[in-house]
Amino acid sequence: MLTMVIDDSRAMRLILKRIVAQLGFEVVEASNGKEAMDYLTSTLEGGTEAPGLALVDWNMPEMNGLEFVTAVRAEPRLRSMTLMMVTTESEQSQIVRALAAGAHEYVIKPFTPDAIIDKLALLGLLPNGVAA
Amino acid sequence: MTLTAQEFAFISGLVRRDAAIVLETGKEYLVEARLLPLARQLGVATVSEFVNRAQHRPEPETHRRIVDALTTNETSFFRDGEPFSQLVSTVLPDMLTRRAANRNIKIWSAACSSGQEPYTLAMVLQDAMPPGWSFDIVGTDISQEMLGRAEAGQYSQLEINRGLPATLLVRHFERNGANWRVSPALRKSVTFKRLNLAAPFPSLGPFDIVFIRNVLIYFDVQTKRSVLQRVASTLRPDGWLFLGSAETTIGIDDRFERVVTGRTSAYRLRSAPKTAPVSALGKG
Repeated sequence: MLTMVIDDSRAMRLILKRIVAQLGFEVVEASNGKEAMDYLTSTLEGGTEAPGLALVDWNMPEMNGLEFVTAVRAEPRLRSMTLMMVTTESEQSQIVRALAAGAHEYVIKPFTPDAIIDKLALLGLLPNGVAA
Repeated sequence: MTLTAQEFAFISGLVRRDAAIVLETGKEYLVEARLLPLARQLGVATVSEFVNRAQHRPEPETHRRIVDALTTNETSFFRDGEPFSQLVSTVLPDMLTRRAANRNIKIWSAACSSGQEPYTLAMVLQDAMPPGWSFDIVGTDISQEMLGRAEAGQYSQLEINRGLPATLLVRHFERNGANWRVSPALRKSVTFKRLNLAAPFPSLGPFDIVFIRNVLIYFDVQTKRSVLQRVASTLRPDGWLFLGSAETTIGIDDRFERVVTGRTSAYRLRSAPKTAPVSALGKG
């Protein structure tokens, strides 16, 4: 599955990329919500494959993760895209806000690779033959 | 310092005697890794020295803590996912027809470690049970320390990240400093008890559904058989049993039959009535 990893930390993008690449997912990186949204718009206009999954940081310059989730949910052509927040924001109220905006899952940093795999399993996104 | 064969034999004998768990030669690394924190806690520098002391100055409390340390296994919320889906899609509808008269379902989560499985069951049942029904969940474990953690219902950030859907986290947990605590309402629906699966079960059950997952794999065939025999005696005749994905009753206890449900299996007693009583249908 084509997956977007959206985080302003290069190191964090690399960590997440390694986890999902092990599952055979292809990865597109973006360093903030605006860059990610620009990429998605170009795929929609160009008729190329849109990502099926995005791992989204919250605090990023230009467009933060919550704004990105809201923007994706406002675009009917991206309805099938699964959105997972991966962030240091750990207040209960923040998790509720992200879910209300349309995020499907939420992982709090720091996390272990198993946490990402477990959540993908919950979302039914693990490839056949891969166990959580 | 590495354990000597004699020291390892003492530990494996102790764990076998008190918990019926088989520690074969080659598991020295496991013993060292699990006992080192305990040794340090008691002010002893090496595992070898700690084992020697335990051997020559036998104290029941130290022995209990050794067994505790070696029988604590990994767990997580919604571990392996599928059994919980099958509980909702196959087992509960069956139980709802069979228990329509008293509208209560009793579940046992055996070897529940720090409590993630019984709390997962409580979250699942709270959503899946129709109004007017109640459920009771009993979580048991051999380790007093794990039961203490389970009762407190407090989990670290790393633990709640594992397998717990975010929607359930915000509904059933409260932030408590750096940790998260199970809500009082959910904690009230689970009772915890200390139980050694390898010894007779004192006044436990009867249950409609038993989860005993990823624990039989540590026992030899004879112990597996006697544990399953005791589990069978706590299970209502039409109840359901869930084992771990690498475990089975086949070839161990023929009273059970495997029922394939979705991508997993559950077990029932062969003597179970095959259909729910007709008089109960339509009352749920």
